[in-house]
Amino acid sequence: MWENLHAFFTTGESLLFLVFAILIISGAVLMINFTKVVHMVISLAFTFLSLAGLYVLLQAEFVAFVQVLIYAGAVTILMIFGIMLTRHESNEEPRRPLHDLLMAVGVLALFGFLFFAIQRASFPGGPFDPGEDNTRAIGELMFTQYVIPFELLSLLLTVAFVGAIILAKREDE
Amino acid sequence: MNLITSYILLGAILFCIGLYGALTKRSAVIVLLSIELMLNAVNLNLIAFSKYGVQPSITGQIFSLFNITIAAAEVAVGIALLIALYRLRGSSDVTDMDSTKR
Repeated sequence: MWENLHAFFTTGESLLFLVFAILIISGAVLMINFTKVVHMVISLAFTFLSLAGLYVLLQAEFVAFVQVLIYAGAVTILMIFGIMLTRHESNEEPRRPLHDLLMAVGVLALFGFLFFAIQRASFPGGPFDPGEDNTRAIGELMFTQYVIPFELLSLLLTVAFVGAIILAKREDE
Repeated sequence: MNLITSYILLGAILFCIGLYGALTKRSAVIVLLSIELMLNAVNLNLIAFSKYGVQPSITGQIFSLFNITIAAAEVAVGIALLIALYRLRGSSDVTDMDSTKR
């Protein structure tokens, strides 16, 4: 046990994993506990940035950059715009304590179920070949094998953003 | 303890926190943010399996890129709906969004 723990805490990857995991979980828990909406968004941006660090640790550099650009950049700023354009009650005290408690019990039960399922499973892994250039490998695969999903996704993005503009437009003109 | 187990457990913790936030928070922006947190947990699982899974390959990273794109579209449509509803009702509380219930 102690030797396992010692080996876990002395290799660089698990130590970095531990640091990033603590940052991620504390950001998410702070998001649940803060009372002001802007503080919640900022702490979740913190979580998104730490997740990008974890992706670098998993040898997925391109996804890490996309995570910083899309989540920590675009999504967080869009959320702050949404907060600024609507009015929020400054203190969100729980008006439904029984509902919250029941939800907490349900979520904890789900987590216990997941925990035992994960502990019992075994993952026989093989060697991972990230390629010498992660971005180049992803680009080559995306424009040969996955070109049809890629084009479908661009169509879906266009439709979604045109729909968003029409929804948010004023109707009195 | 294997490292993949830790990654998947972290994904499960993130998913459960996001689920709790989505079910209990009253502000619609925070509900959207909690759904983003759940999507991020899924992305973390995909990338962990793309390195440590049974057949490690780069396909998991491509799948998570698609996932991030869908999440961005979802946030844009969600914020647009939120602003339209706020203009109509003057509130951004999810408990007020029950006009089809009556």
